[in-house]
Amino acid sequence: MIKRFIAVVLLAAFAAVFATLLFGYTPDTELNLTARYYAERTAADLGAANIVTAIVVTYRGLDTLGEVTVLFLAASIVGLVLAQDTHKTPRARVPVGELLTTGTRFLVPLILLLGVYVFVNGHLTPGGGFQGGAIIASGILLTLLADPLKHFGHGLISAIESVAGIFYVAIGLAGLLLAGGFLDNRILPLGNVGELFSAGAIPVIYSLIGLKVGAEFASILASLSDTEEL
Amino acid sequence: MSHLLPWLTGLLCFTMLVAAIVAIRDKSMPVAILAAGLVSLVASILFLILASPDVAMTEAAIGSGLTTFLLFFVLGRLRAGEHDGEQP
Amino acid sequence: MAHLAMATGFLLILIGAYGALTQRNLLRMIIAFTIADSGVNLVIVAVGYMRGRTAPIIDNAVSAAAAVQRIIDPVPQALVLTAIVIGVGVTALMLAYAYRLYAQKRSLDIRDFTELKG
Repeated sequence: MIKRFIAVVLLAAFAAVFATLLFGYTPDTELNLTARYYAERTAADLGAANIVTAIVVTYRGLDTLGEVTVLFLAASIVGLVLAQDTHKTPRARVPVGELLTTGTRFLVPLILLLGVYVFVNGHLTPGGGFQGGAIIASGILLTLLADPLKHFGHGLISAIESVAGIFYVAIGLAGLLLAGGFLDNRILPLGNVGELFSAGAIPVIYSLIGLKVGAEFASILASLSDTEEL
Repeated sequence: MSHLLPWLTGLLCFTMLVAAIVAIRDKSMPVAILAAGLVSLVASILFLILASPDVAMTEAAIGSGLTTFLLFFVLGRLRAGEHDGEQP
Repeated sequence: MAHLAMATGFLLILIGAYGALTQRNLLRMIIAFTIADSGVNLVIVAVGYMRGRTAPIIDNAVSAAAAVQRIIDPVPQALVLTAIVIGVGVTALMLAYAYRLYAQKRSLDIRDFTELKG
Protein backbone atom coordinates (compact mmCIF):
# COMPACT_ATOMS: atom_id res chain seq x y z
CA MET A 1 0.00 0.00 0.00
CA ILE A 2 2.72 2.43 1.02
CA LYS A 3 4.82 1.12 -1.84
CA ARG A 4 2.14 1.89 -4.38
CA PHE A 5 1.68 5.34 -2.95
CA ILE A 6 5.39 6.07 -3.27
CA ALA A 7 5.36 4.74 -6.84
CA VAL A 8 2.45 7.01 -7.74
CA VAL A 9 4.16 10.05 -6.19
CA LEU A 10 7.35 9.30 -8.12
CA LEU A 11 5.44 8.95 -11.38
CA ALA A 12 3.61 12.21 -10.69
CA ALA A 13 6.97 13.94 -10.33
CA PHE A 14 8.11 12.44 -13.62
CA ALA A 15 4.86 13.53 -15.24
CA ALA A 16 5.44 17.10 -14.06
CA VAL A 17 8.92 17.11 -15.62
CA PHE A 18 7.58 15.64 -18.87
CA ALA A 19 4.78 18.20 -19.00
CA THR A 20 7.31 21.00 -18.63
CA LEU A 21 9.36 19.56 -21.49
CA LEU A 22 6.31 19.05 -23.67
CA PHE A 23 4.84 22.52 -23.29
CA GLY A 24 8.17 24.24 -23.69
CA TYR A 25 8.93 22.47 -26.95
CA THR A 26 8.66 24.36 -30.23
CA PRO A 27 9.61 22.43 -33.37
CA ASP A 28 12.41 23.85 -35.49
CA THR A 29 11.68 25.41 -38.83
CA GLU A 30 15.19 25.14 -40.24
CA LEU A 31 17.72 22.36 -39.92
CA ASN A 32 20.30 22.91 -37.22
CA LEU A 33 24.01 23.12 -38.02
CA THR A 34 24.85 19.42 -37.77
CA ALA A 35 21.88 18.31 -39.85
CA ARG A 36 22.61 20.99 -42.43
CA TYR A 37 26.18 19.73 -42.74
CA TYR A 38 25.02 16.16 -43.22
CA ALA A 39 22.33 17.16 -45.72
CA GLU A 40 24.64 19.22 -47.86
CA ARG A 41 27.73 17.07 -47.88
CA THR A 42 26.54 13.45 -47.94
CA ALA A 43 25.85 13.10 -51.65
CA ALA A 44 28.99 14.94 -52.69
CA ASP A 45 31.47 13.55 -50.16
CA LEU A 46 30.25 10.02 -49.59
CA GLY A 47 28.05 9.23 -52.57
CA ALA A 48 25.34 7.65 -50.44
CA ALA A 49 21.66 8.33 -51.09
CA ASN A 50 20.39 7.30 -47.66
CA ILE A 51 21.64 9.94 -45.24
CA VAL A 52 20.79 7.94 -42.11
CA THR A 53 22.93 5.06 -43.41
CA ALA A 54 25.79 7.45 -44.11
CA ILE A 55 25.59 8.76 -40.55
CA VAL A 56 25.39 5.32 -38.95
CA VAL A 57 28.20 3.76 -40.99
CA THR A 58 30.62 6.58 -41.72
CA TYR A 59 30.07 9.85 -39.90
CA ARG A 60 29.34 8.15 -36.57
CA GLY A 61 30.75 4.73 -37.38
CA LEU A 62 32.54 4.37 -34.08
CA ASP A 63 29.19 4.40 -32.23
CA THR A 64 28.01 1.55 -34.45
CA LEU A 65 31.14 -0.41 -33.65
CA GLY A 66 30.37 0.12 -29.96
CA GLU A 67 26.79 -1.00 -30.44
CA VAL A 68 27.81 -4.18 -32.25
CA THR A 69 30.16 -4.86 -29.33
CA VAL A 70 27.32 -4.42 -26.83
CA LEU A 71 25.15 -6.84 -28.80
CA PHE A 72 28.00 -9.35 -28.92
CA LEU A 73 28.37 -8.99 -25.16
CA ALA A 74 24.64 -9.59 -24.63
CA ALA A 75 24.69 -12.71 -26.82
CA SER A 76 27.74 -14.08 -24.98
CA ILE A 77 26.22 -13.47 -21.56
CA VAL A 78 22.96 -15.15 -22.58
CA GLY A 79 24.97 -18.15 -23.77
CA LEU A 80 26.94 -18.17 -20.52
CA VAL A 81 23.94 -17.83 -18.18
CA LEU A 82 21.95 -20.52 -19.94
CA ALA A 83 24.84 -22.94 -20.38
CA GLN A 84 24.01 -24.94 -17.28
CA ASP A 85 20.44 -25.57 -18.34
CA THR A 86 21.03 -27.41 -21.60
CA HIS A 87 18.77 -30.39 -21.73
CA LYS A 88 20.50 -33.69 -21.31
CA THR A 89 17.75 -36.20 -22.08
CA PRO A 90 16.43 -36.28 -25.64
CA ARG A 91 12.98 -34.78 -25.93
CA ALA A 92 10.02 -36.59 -27.42
CA ARG A 93 9.27 -35.64 -30.99
CA VAL A 94 6.21 -33.43 -31.28
CA PRO A 95 4.35 -33.64 -34.62
CA VAL A 96 4.38 -30.16 -36.03
CA GLY A 97 1.94 -30.31 -38.88
CA GLU A 98 2.48 -30.47 -42.58
CA LEU A 99 1.41 -26.91 -43.29
CA LEU A 100 4.19 -25.51 -41.15
CA THR A 101 6.86 -27.82 -42.51
CA THR A 102 6.03 -27.29 -46.17
CA GLY A 103 5.49 -23.58 -45.70
CA THR A 104 8.85 -23.29 -43.97
CA ARG A 105 10.66 -25.04 -46.79
CA PHE A 106 9.10 -22.62 -49.22
CA LEU A 107 9.46 -19.43 -47.22
CA VAL A 108 12.88 -19.61 -45.58
CA PRO A 109 14.96 -19.12 -48.78
CA LEU A 110 12.74 -16.16 -49.71
CA ILE A 111 13.13 -14.61 -46.26
CA LEU A 112 16.91 -15.00 -46.39
CA LEU A 113 16.93 -13.45 -49.86
CA LEU A 114 14.88 -10.51 -48.61
CA GLY A 115 17.29 -10.01 -45.71
CA VAL A 116 20.31 -10.01 -48.00
CA TYR A 117 18.56 -7.60 -50.40
CA VAL A 118 17.76 -5.21 -47.56
CA PHE A 119 21.29 -4.94 -46.30
CA VAL A 120 22.98 -4.86 -49.67
CA ASN A 121 20.77 -1.92 -50.72
CA GLY A 122 21.16 -0.09 -47.44
CA HIS A 123 22.79 2.95 -48.99
CA LEU A 124 20.04 3.49 -51.58
CA THR A 125 16.70 2.74 -49.94
CA PRO A 126 15.52 2.59 -46.35
CA GLY A 127 17.06 -0.44 -44.78
CA GLY A 128 20.52 -1.56 -43.93
CA GLY A 129 22.43 -3.97 -41.77
CA PHE A 130 20.28 -4.03 -38.65
CA GLN A 131 17.00 -4.55 -40.48
CA GLY A 132 18.54 -7.17 -42.78
CA GLY A 133 20.11 -8.99 -39.85
CA ALA A 134 16.78 -9.08 -38.01
CA ILE A 135 15.03 -10.45 -41.10
CA ILE A 136 17.65 -13.19 -41.43
CA ALA A 137 17.19 -14.03 -37.74
CA SER A 138 13.43 -14.33 -38.38
CA GLY A 139 14.13 -16.83 -41.12
CA ILE A 140 16.23 -18.91 -38.76
CA LEU A 141 13.49 -18.61 -36.15
CA LEU A 142 11.01 -20.09 -38.62
CA THR A 143 13.19 -23.17 -39.08
CA LEU A 144 13.32 -23.41 -35.30
CA LEU A 145 9.52 -23.41 -35.07
CA ALA A 146 9.11 -26.01 -37.77
CA ASP A 147 11.63 -28.41 -36.31
CA PRO A 148 11.90 -27.96 -32.55
CA LEU A 149 14.43 -30.76 -32.17
CA LYS A 150 16.87 -29.21 -34.58
CA HIS A 151 20.15 -28.60 -32.88
CA PHE A 152 21.85 -25.47 -34.12
CA GLY A 153 25.53 -25.73 -34.70
CA HIS A 154 26.94 -23.03 -32.47
CA GLY A 155 30.18 -23.49 -34.41
CA LEU A 156 28.82 -22.17 -37.71
CA ILE A 157 27.06 -19.20 -36.12
CA SER A 158 30.05 -18.10 -34.10
CA ALA A 159 32.34 -18.60 -37.11
CA ILE A 160 30.19 -16.25 -39.22
CA GLU A 161 30.03 -13.75 -36.39
CA SER A 162 33.78 -13.75 -35.74
CA VAL A 163 34.75 -13.49 -39.41
CA ALA A 164 32.31 -10.64 -40.00
CA GLY A 165 33.61 -8.80 -36.95
CA ILE A 166 37.25 -9.20 -37.94
CA PHE A 167 36.62 -7.97 -41.47
CA TYR A 168 34.63 -5.01 -40.15
CA VAL A 169 37.55 -3.82 -38.03
CA ALA A 170 39.98 -4.62 -40.84
CA ILE A 171 38.07 -2.37 -43.24
CA GLY A 172 38.04 0.32 -40.60
CA LEU A 173 41.80 0.10 -40.23
CA ALA A 174 42.19 0.11 -44.03
CA GLY A 175 40.29 3.38 -44.00
CA LEU A 176 42.84 4.69 -41.53
CA LEU A 177 45.74 3.72 -43.81
CA LEU A 178 44.32 4.48 -47.25
CA ALA A 179 41.85 7.32 -46.76
CA GLY A 180 40.84 9.99 -44.26
CA GLY A 181 40.33 8.10 -41.02
CA PHE A 182 38.92 5.09 -39.23
CA LEU A 183 35.95 3.61 -41.12
CA ASP A 184 36.22 6.12 -43.92
CA ASN A 185 34.38 4.75 -46.90
CA ARG A 186 36.50 6.34 -49.61
CA ILE A 187 38.84 3.37 -49.87
CA LEU A 188 36.59 2.09 -52.67
CA PRO A 189 35.48 4.27 -55.62
CA LEU A 190 32.47 6.47 -54.96
CA GLY A 191 30.56 6.06 -58.21
CA ASN A 192 27.31 7.89 -58.99
CA VAL A 193 24.68 8.50 -56.35
CA GLY A 194 21.85 5.99 -56.77
CA GLU A 195 23.65 3.06 -58.30
CA LEU A 196 24.25 -0.22 -56.56
CA PHE A 197 28.04 -0.04 -56.72
CA SER A 198 28.38 3.40 -55.24
CA ALA A 199 29.14 4.98 -51.88
CA GLY A 200 32.54 3.38 -51.57
CA ALA A 201 32.81 0.86 -48.79
CA ILE A 202 29.37 1.52 -47.22
CA PRO A 203 27.61 -1.53 -48.80
CA VAL A 204 30.52 -3.76 -47.74
CA ILE A 205 30.56 -2.46 -44.17
CA TYR A 206 26.79 -2.64 -43.82
CA SER A 207 26.69 -6.19 -45.20
CA LEU A 208 29.24 -7.25 -42.61
CA ILE A 209 27.25 -5.52 -39.87
CA GLY A 210 24.09 -7.25 -41.12
CA LEU A 211 25.71 -10.69 -41.02
CA LYS A 212 27.15 -10.06 -37.58
CA VAL A 213 23.87 -8.81 -36.10
CA GLY A 214 21.94 -11.68 -37.71
CA ALA A 215 24.44 -14.19 -36.34
CA GLU A 216 24.18 -12.69 -32.86
CA PHE A 217 20.38 -12.83 -32.81
CA ALA A 218 20.58 -16.42 -34.07
CA SER A 219 23.02 -17.25 -31.30
CA ILE A 220 20.62 -15.86 -28.69
CA LEU A 221 17.81 -17.94 -30.18
CA ALA A 222 19.98 -21.05 -30.29
CA SER A 223 20.99 -20.64 -26.63
CA LEU A 224 17.35 -20.24 -25.62
CA SER A 225 16.21 -23.22 -27.66
CA ASP A 226 18.75 -25.53 -26.06
CA THR A 227 17.28 -25.04 -22.60
CA GLU A 228 14.99 -27.60 -21.11
CA GLU A 229 11.39 -27.05 -20.21
CA LEU A 230 10.85 -26.36 -16.52
CA MET B 1 -5.24 12.45 -47.41
CA SER B 2 -3.09 14.88 -45.55
CA HIS B 3 -6.01 16.49 -43.76
CA LEU B 4 -6.89 13.04 -42.38
CA LEU B 5 -3.39 12.56 -41.05
CA PRO B 6 -3.85 14.24 -37.64
CA TRP B 7 -6.98 12.14 -37.05
CA LEU B 8 -5.13 8.98 -38.04
CA THR B 9 -2.28 9.89 -35.73
CA GLY B 10 -4.72 10.54 -32.90
CA LEU B 11 -6.41 7.18 -33.45
CA LEU B 12 -3.08 5.35 -33.51
CA CYS B 13 -1.90 7.05 -30.33
CA PHE B 14 -5.13 6.14 -28.57
CA THR B 15 -4.79 2.51 -29.69
CA MET B 16 -1.23 2.43 -28.42
CA LEU B 17 -2.16 3.74 -24.98
CA VAL B 18 -5.08 1.31 -24.60
CA ALA B 19 -2.84 -1.59 -25.64
CA ALA B 20 -0.15 -0.50 -23.15
CA ILE B 21 -2.66 -0.40 -20.30
CA VAL B 22 -3.98 -3.84 -21.29
CA ALA B 23 -0.41 -5.18 -21.34
CA ILE B 24 0.14 -4.02 -17.78
CA ARG B 25 -3.17 -4.90 -16.24
CA ASP B 26 -4.46 -8.06 -17.90
CA LYS B 27 -4.51 -11.26 -15.90
CA SER B 28 -3.47 -13.66 -18.62
CA MET B 29 0.14 -13.57 -19.81
CA PRO B 30 -0.32 -14.38 -23.54
CA VAL B 31 -2.75 -11.48 -23.85
CA ALA B 32 -0.25 -9.16 -22.17
CA ILE B 33 2.56 -10.23 -24.52
CA LEU B 34 0.35 -9.77 -27.56
CA ALA B 35 -0.66 -6.31 -26.36
CA ALA B 36 3.01 -5.35 -26.01
CA GLY B 37 3.59 -6.58 -29.56
CA LEU B 38 0.69 -4.41 -30.70
CA VAL B 39 2.27 -1.37 -29.01
CA SER B 40 5.46 -2.00 -30.98
CA LEU B 41 3.57 -2.45 -34.24
CA VAL B 42 1.60 0.77 -33.88
CA ALA B 43 4.81 2.57 -32.89
CA SER B 44 6.30 1.35 -36.17
CA ILE B 45 3.39 2.89 -38.12
CA LEU B 46 3.81 6.13 -36.18
CA PHE B 47 7.47 6.21 -37.11
CA LEU B 48 6.44 6.03 -40.76
CA ILE B 49 4.02 8.95 -40.31
CA LEU B 50 6.88 10.88 -38.67
CA ALA B 51 8.94 10.46 -41.89
CA SER B 52 11.46 7.89 -40.58
CA PRO B 53 11.31 4.77 -42.77
CA ASP B 54 14.58 3.28 -41.45
CA VAL B 55 13.42 3.39 -37.87
CA ALA B 56 9.98 2.02 -38.87
CA MET B 57 11.55 -1.03 -40.52
CA THR B 58 13.84 -1.67 -37.59
CA GLU B 59 11.06 -1.38 -35.02
CA ALA B 60 8.75 -3.64 -37.03
CA ALA B 61 11.36 -6.36 -37.52
CA ILE B 62 13.03 -6.24 -34.12
CA GLY B 63 10.53 -4.78 -31.68
CA SER B 64 7.37 -6.36 -32.96
CA GLY B 65 8.81 -9.61 -34.31
CA LEU B 66 11.78 -10.73 -32.26
CA THR B 67 10.76 -9.39 -28.85
CA THR B 68 7.28 -10.92 -29.01
CA PHE B 69 8.75 -14.23 -30.08
CA LEU B 70 11.36 -14.15 -27.29
CA LEU B 71 8.69 -13.44 -24.67
CA PHE B 72 6.44 -16.25 -25.90
CA PHE B 73 9.35 -18.64 -26.08
CA VAL B 74 10.44 -18.05 -22.50
CA LEU B 75 6.81 -18.15 -21.35
CA GLY B 76 6.52 -21.57 -22.94
CA ARG B 77 9.58 -22.76 -21.08
CA LEU B 78 8.31 -21.44 -17.75
CA ARG B 79 4.90 -22.99 -17.90
CA ALA B 80 4.05 -23.20 -14.25
CA GLY B 81 5.24 -19.73 -13.30
CA GLU B 82 2.56 -18.07 -15.35
CA HIS B 83 0.23 -17.32 -12.52
CA ASP B 84 2.71 -16.50 -9.81
CA GLY B 85 2.82 -13.19 -8.09
CA GLU B 86 0.06 -11.34 -9.87
CA GLN B 87 -1.45 -8.18 -8.58
CA PRO B 88 -4.17 -8.97 -6.03
CA MET C 1 1.68 16.12 -34.92
CA ALA C 2 5.07 15.99 -33.28
CA HIS C 3 3.45 17.19 -30.06
CA LEU C 4 0.91 14.39 -30.19
CA ALA C 5 3.55 11.73 -30.75
CA MET C 6 5.74 13.20 -28.03
CA ALA C 7 2.87 13.25 -25.52
CA THR C 8 2.07 9.62 -26.35
CA GLY C 9 5.72 8.72 -25.90
CA PHE C 10 5.83 10.36 -22.48
CA LEU C 11 2.64 8.57 -21.44
CA LEU C 12 4.09 5.24 -22.57
CA ILE C 13 7.18 5.88 -20.44
CA LEU C 14 4.96 6.56 -17.44
CA ILE C 15 2.82 3.46 -18.04
CA GLY C 16 5.92 1.30 -18.45
CA ALA C 17 7.50 2.72 -15.29
CA TYR C 18 4.28 2.14 -13.34
CA GLY C 19 4.17 -1.46 -14.52
CA ALA C 20 7.80 -2.04 -13.61
CA LEU C 21 7.33 -0.57 -10.13
CA THR C 22 4.09 -2.25 -9.07
CA GLN C 23 3.98 -5.66 -10.74
CA ARG C 24 5.29 -8.69 -8.89
CA ASN C 25 5.68 -11.20 -11.70
CA LEU C 26 9.10 -11.04 -13.38
CA LEU C 27 7.77 -11.49 -16.91
CA ARG C 28 5.32 -8.65 -16.47
CA MET C 29 8.13 -6.37 -15.34
CA ILE C 30 10.04 -7.26 -18.50
CA ILE C 31 6.99 -6.46 -20.64
CA ALA C 32 6.68 -3.10 -18.87
CA PHE C 33 10.32 -2.34 -19.68
CA THR C 34 9.78 -3.04 -23.37
CA ILE C 35 6.81 -0.66 -23.40
CA ALA C 36 8.90 2.08 -21.76
CA ASP C 37 11.61 1.44 -24.39
CA SER C 38 9.12 2.01 -27.20
CA GLY C 39 8.02 5.22 -25.51
CA VAL C 40 11.55 6.60 -25.29
CA ASN C 41 12.23 5.84 -28.94
CA LEU C 42 9.00 7.54 -29.95
CA VAL C 43 9.95 10.72 -28.07
CA ILE C 44 13.39 10.90 -29.67
CA VAL C 45 12.07 10.43 -33.20
CA ALA C 46 9.32 12.99 -32.59
CA VAL C 47 11.97 15.60 -31.71
CA GLY C 48 13.48 15.32 -35.16
CA TYR C 49 10.24 15.79 -37.08
CA MET C 50 9.62 19.02 -38.97
CA ARG C 51 6.35 20.04 -40.52
CA GLY C 52 6.04 19.75 -44.29
CA ARG C 53 9.31 17.95 -44.82
CA THR C 54 10.08 14.41 -45.81
CA ALA C 55 12.41 11.52 -45.06
CA PRO C 56 16.19 12.02 -45.35
CA ILE C 57 16.74 9.95 -48.50
CA ILE C 58 17.99 11.42 -51.76
CA ASP C 59 16.10 9.95 -54.71
CA ASN C 60 13.76 11.12 -57.49
CA ALA C 61 11.56 13.03 -55.07
CA VAL C 62 14.30 14.91 -53.24
CA SER C 63 17.38 15.91 -55.24
CA ALA C 64 20.75 16.43 -53.67
CA ALA C 65 20.71 20.17 -54.26
CA ALA C 66 17.32 20.72 -52.62
CA ALA C 67 18.01 18.38 -49.71
CA VAL C 68 18.61 21.10 -47.15
CA GLN C 69 15.10 22.52 -47.61
CA ARG C 70 13.23 19.27 -47.93
CA ILE C 71 14.41 16.75 -45.36
CA ILE C 72 14.00 16.38 -41.63
CA ASP C 73 16.79 16.00 -39.11
CA PRO C 74 18.55 12.66 -39.71
CA VAL C 75 20.53 12.48 -36.46
CA PRO C 76 17.70 11.37 -34.08
CA GLN C 77 16.90 8.51 -36.45
CA ALA C 78 20.48 7.27 -36.32
CA LEU C 79 20.35 7.39 -32.51
CA VAL C 80 17.05 5.51 -32.31
CA LEU C 81 18.31 2.82 -34.72
CA THR C 82 21.03 1.94 -32.23
CA ALA C 83 18.67 2.22 -29.27
CA ILE C 84 16.13 -0.26 -30.66
CA VAL C 85 18.75 -2.93 -31.30
CA ILE C 86 20.29 -2.55 -27.87
CA GLY C 87 16.82 -2.61 -26.34
CA VAL C 88 16.14 -6.07 -27.72
CA GLY C 89 19.58 -7.24 -26.56
CA VAL C 90 18.80 -6.10 -23.02
CA THR C 91 15.36 -7.78 -23.17
CA ALA C 92 16.99 -11.07 -24.19
CA LEU C 93 19.40 -10.72 -21.28
CA MET C 94 16.56 -10.07 -18.80
CA LEU C 95 14.69 -13.11 -20.08
CA ALA C 96 17.76 -15.32 -19.65
CA TYR C 97 18.07 -14.15 -16.04
CA ALA C 98 14.35 -14.77 -15.45
CA TYR C 99 14.76 -18.31 -16.73
CA ARG C 100 17.74 -18.89 -14.47
CA LEU C 101 15.96 -17.49 -11.40
CA TYR C 102 12.96 -19.69 -12.09
CA ALA C 103 15.23 -22.74 -12.45
CA GLN C 104 16.68 -21.89 -9.04
CA LYS C 105 13.51 -21.26 -7.05
CA ARG C 106 10.53 -22.38 -9.15
CA SER C 107 8.81 -19.05 -8.70
CA LEU C 108 8.54 -15.83 -10.68
CA ASP C 109 7.34 -13.71 -7.78
CA ILE C 110 9.98 -11.19 -6.72
CA ARG C 111 8.87 -11.36 -3.12
CA ASP C 112 10.45 -14.83 -2.98
CA PHE C 113 13.94 -13.59 -3.85
CA THR C 114 15.13 -12.10 -0.60
CA GLU C 115 18.80 -13.12 -0.44
CA LEU C 116 20.07 -9.60 -0.88
CA LYS C 117 17.85 -8.09 1.79
CA GLY C 118 19.77 -6.88 4.82
